[in-house]
Amino acid sequence: MKGISTFIITDILKNRIVLLYTLVLCGFSWSIFSLEDNVSKGILSMLNIILLIVPLVSIIFANIYMYNSTEFIELLVSQPVKRSSIWSSLFFGLTVALNAAFFIGIGIPVLVFITPITALVVILAGILLTTVFVSIAMLCFILMRDKAKGIGLSIMIWLFLSLMYDGLVLFFMFQYADYPIEKIMVLLSAINPVDLARIQVLLQIDVAALMGYTGAIFKKLFGTHLGYLTSLLLISFWILCPYFFSLRLFKKKDL
Amino acid sequence: MRCLTGLLIPLFIFVAIPCFVSAKNIHIGPGKNSGLSDLPLLKAVDGDSVFVHHSLYKEGNIIINKKIVMIGVNNPIIDGDKKYEVVSIRSDHVVFRGFTVQNSGYGTLNDLGGIKVYDAQHIVIENNILDNNFFSIYINFGKNILIKNNIIKAYGVEEQQIGNGIHCWKSDSLQIIGNYVQGHRDGIYFEFVTNSIIWRNISKYNIRYGLHFMFSNDDAYINNVFDNNGSGVAVMYTKKVVMYNNTFKNSLGDASYGILLKEISDAEIIGNHFIHNTAGLFLEGANRIIIQKNNFLNNGWGLKIQANCMDNKISVNNFIGNTFDVSTNGSLVLNIFEKNYWDKYEGYDLDKNHLGDVPYHPLNIYSTIIENNPIAMLLFRSFMVTLLERTEKLIPSITPDNFKDENPVLKAYLL
Repeated sequence: MKGISTFIITDILKNRIVLLYTLVLCGFSWSIFSLEDNVSKGILSMLNIILLIVPLVSIIFANIYMYNSTEFIELLVSQPVKRSSIWSSLFFGLTVALNAAFFIGIGIPVLVFITPITALVVILAGILLTTVFVSIAMLCFILMRDKAKGIGLSIMIWLFLSLMYDGLVLFFMFQYADYPIEKIMVLLSAINPVDLARIQVLLQIDVAALMGYTGAIFKKLFGTHLGYLTSLLLISFWILCPYFFSLRLFKKKDL
Repeated sequence: MRCLTGLLIPLFIFVAIPCFVSAKNIHIGPGKNSGLSDLPLLKAVDGDSVFVHHSLYKEGNIIINKKIVMIGVNNPIIDGDKKYEVVSIRSDHVVFRGFTVQNSGYGTLNDLGGIKVYDAQHIVIENNILDNNFFSIYINFGKNILIKNNIIKAYGVEEQQIGNGIHCWKSDSLQIIGNYVQGHRDGIYFEFVTNSIIWRNISKYNIRYGLHFMFSNDDAYINNVFDNNGSGVAVMYTKKVVMYNNTFKNSLGDASYGILLKEISDAEIIGNHFIHNTAGLFLEGANRIIIQKNNFLNNGWGLKIQANCMDNKISVNNFIGNTFDVSTNGSLVLNIFEKNYWDKYEGYDLDKNHLGDVPYHPLNIYSTIIENNPIAMLLFRSFMVTLLERTEKLIPSITPDNFKDENPVLKAYLL
């Protein structure tokens, strides 16, 4: 497993795209923080990148990489290696490579410019989102034999989780504003990993506003240690569920 | 002869008058005299100075009913034993300086104070430490009173079970200077107090308000710090107050405000700092107020101005790092916003006059939505919401079109 992972990581790193991704993120973050004298506005721009661009790149890159290494996977399967170890090393390799890119591109400038705790939350959010979307990408790969369909599916999932979902929840909220929908709203926000990441960052940068009307709900459900733990657990579900589901399919799959 | 009178009059003043008045110095303390509660029985008469030496005096209620100067030497401790009002001043012209007053009684009918002034004038309460009292300093019908450099601490947990730090009722011409108040219900409380000044005080960690005043006209609040109080500062039903260079910070929570203004008119709020509050400045029924040269930094809402406010002028302020700069609850706009700095302003300045060429609409549609549906905060800063805000900024439809700063400045003021 170790050998395969190292091979995949070096293969991805040799692939110039991840390097380019790192550079682009680097350019974004350094320019945002050095041009903007207001740090909180800088964090906001970072938040948008983390919630939109990072998941998009992660899911598309991971998905295409999987399709491109179909032959390599077939080759490995013919060797006396366990399928689960092939799958886990693929996952591990992709996750490590993309997270390294994220950390170098965004993590370091964030650590340099903003307060440690907020920086930590922002970085953790980015890393978890990257991992979640790699995991989903692998599921898409295993579900669709056809490359175009697979990439299409991953784009749709990204579109849904990052953009459409909030719109739907907002719509739902306006429709049922007269009813006590607090708990349902919290539940709806908590099942989307992108929303979870956003809310955790929100708790850092908009804490003064959050202490207002919504303070009670927010503080109870997301702001306490238990809340952090729950958020982490829910995001881990988003990593583990697609991964184990795809692993099961991969084990049985006739390649 | 005239020469002789010229000599005699100063002689009379400097030599003879002191002979007639003959004020004494009385010493009280271990090995010197009897206890404090015997004070009225002592030979002290108007004009005497009483020096109280360091010891623990646990003698019930101490009543000062003569025009005397009380000076604590090496910080003597007067203890109310959790039963009594500790010191009651019932005479004019009293100086009370350098004591520690602690453990006053608690009462639901009587407002027992650490130091309580009853219907008196020209009192000085200075350099005392007040520890764990129900009300610490209580002025009842006072006039010309100086309360200076006292350190006031209490350990209140619930609003009902603790009084105010400096409580003033129906008084006039008070000077409250350089005090530190902590852990009371309200740090400083004014009701029907006029022509007074509150200067350079620090009010922290009080359960309800750092400063609370009602029906107190013509007062000035200058250079005070209000930090981490339960609900910030509340000022109500008052005319002609001025607030200069105060700092209001860390008032966090539902219904917590840097300052809450309710039914205030003709006030000046100038040069203050509002830092990290849920709402920096909240105006309700406030009229003709000048809000100028203030810093609104990192608040949830910088300024909440209700639609029943009229003729307020908000100019030359900095709004930096607030989640929402301004919010309101209606579409009526009767206030003027002018030449403020807004960090969210995205306009330009082609004619280089340091003023933005396009007006700034400080109202964020989402703050209006949150006002009605608090839970919508869950979706704040998501893609859809950002889109919604952008569109509303460009083409205002829900927020009032004329709620705007016509001439926003492009660079923050140095305040």
